[in-house]
Amino acid sequence: MNFELGDDVLAALKEAQRNEASSLGREILGQLIENAGIAQQESLPLCQDCGVAVVFLEVGQDVHVTGGDLSAAVIEGVRWGYTQGYLRKSMVNQPFSARKNTGDNTPPVIHTEIVPGNRLKISYMAKGAGSENMSRLAMLKPAEGREGLIEFVVRTVDEAGANACPPLVIGLGIGATAEGAMRLAKKALLRRIGEPNPDLETVELESELLSRINGLGIGPLGLGGSITALAVQAEVRPTHIASLPVAVNIQCHSARHGEVVL
Amino acid sequence: METQRINSPFETEVIEKLTVGTPVLISGIIYTARDAAHRRIVWSLDKGEKLSFDLEGQTIYYTGPSPTPPGRIIGSVGPTTSIRMDAYIPRFLAVGIRAMIGKGSRSPVVREAIKKYKAVYFVSLGGAGALLARTIKKVEVIAYEDLGTEAVRRLAVEDFPAIVANDIYGGDIFEQNIARYRREVR
Repeated sequence: MNFELGDDVLAALKEAQRNEASSLGREILGQLIENAGIAQQESLPLCQDCGVAVVFLEVGQDVHVTGGDLSAAVIEGVRWGYTQGYLRKSMVNQPFSARKNTGDNTPPVIHTEIVPGNRLKISYMAKGAGSENMSRLAMLKPAEGREGLIEFVVRTVDEAGANACPPLVIGLGIGATAEGAMRLAKKALLRRIGEPNPDLETVELESELLSRINGLGIGPLGLGGSITALAVQAEVRPTHIASLPVAVNIQCHSARHGEVVL
Repeated sequence: METQRINSPFETEVIEKLTVGTPVLISGIIYTARDAAHRRIVWSLDKGEKLSFDLEGQTIYYTGPSPTPPGRIIGSVGPTTSIRMDAYIPRFLAVGIRAMIGKGSRSPVVREAIKKYKAVYFVSLGGAGALLARTIKKVEVIAYEDLGTEAVRRLAVEDFPAIVANDIYGGDIFEQNIARYRREVR
């Protein structure tokens, strides 16, 4: 995953290269596409920031895991992958004081969900900090509504500017609670670019947001241009009568994720 | 603008000619340092200790490379977000750092310090660490080895691509270029 960009992301970068108004922007997109080729051929990480390992486990309720601890197995997998794959270990202990590297990129962040069925789906995302650092949560007033939501999302991307390595993928979690919304926003990033949202009202929102974000002019790597985001992907859930939680989880152009179903 | 081939460390006359938006290919010596190394260097300076390496006139590249696979010179080695280093920068420029390479914009304080100390800030290709690895010809850890990826490394580079983002005249590439493509969408 760290060596190979998904074909959906690569296709989106190529389309962006065709549509970008700035010549410098087109040149940068060309270099990002070239980087993906080199990374794949030479088995080098696409980006030196090989990320926090974020793992989503969807465990079918009829699945019975035997022979050990599932979380421990995921942690061991992360340790093995980051060590054997010459991936950068970026996790530190004591975040507000000593900040000592854990040495093997553990612990991962694991989200577990119980779902119907007898399968186990494991999704993995290598989440870089440049884009994660620019992610934000707002607990809007219900009266702020759709317009308030749009204003908040666009402002968040504007503030992220060049720091988050555009062109970006914007993951949105709308509804639920504070922590529920951010988790939804992260999960929205697992969707393949171009895969349509099943809800028409949300499709319209995503498309309006994409157009507003690309109007910011930030462009590839923030050096000006008409393509600041490749996609806006939202997940929507019911919320409390008094709440309108909106979480923005920003993904850089090196959008690395994949899944297996056992 | 035409691409300029320049050699690091940079002469003052070279820095004076670099204006915002100029694409460059850098060859010569650059030093890597990011969050933890900056923190340690400033601790040492605060205590009046002498550093084991000389920063005067040098170029700092904000990066923490991925581990070097067997048979290679270095792993993936793209720039990290520069603004996290900003709190330390007036201090760094005061001791003679002349050039910085990273990604993203700088704070107004750093932009002022770049003017004052006649320094330059370049941006390179964020997220293109595999491509940039090809320009690195030699690597040597010279300080803080215990910091792993965050150790200070001396890199010999050849035609490392970057663009002038902040120059001694107060120019800022982000302000200039983004304004050109900004439009109101309703």
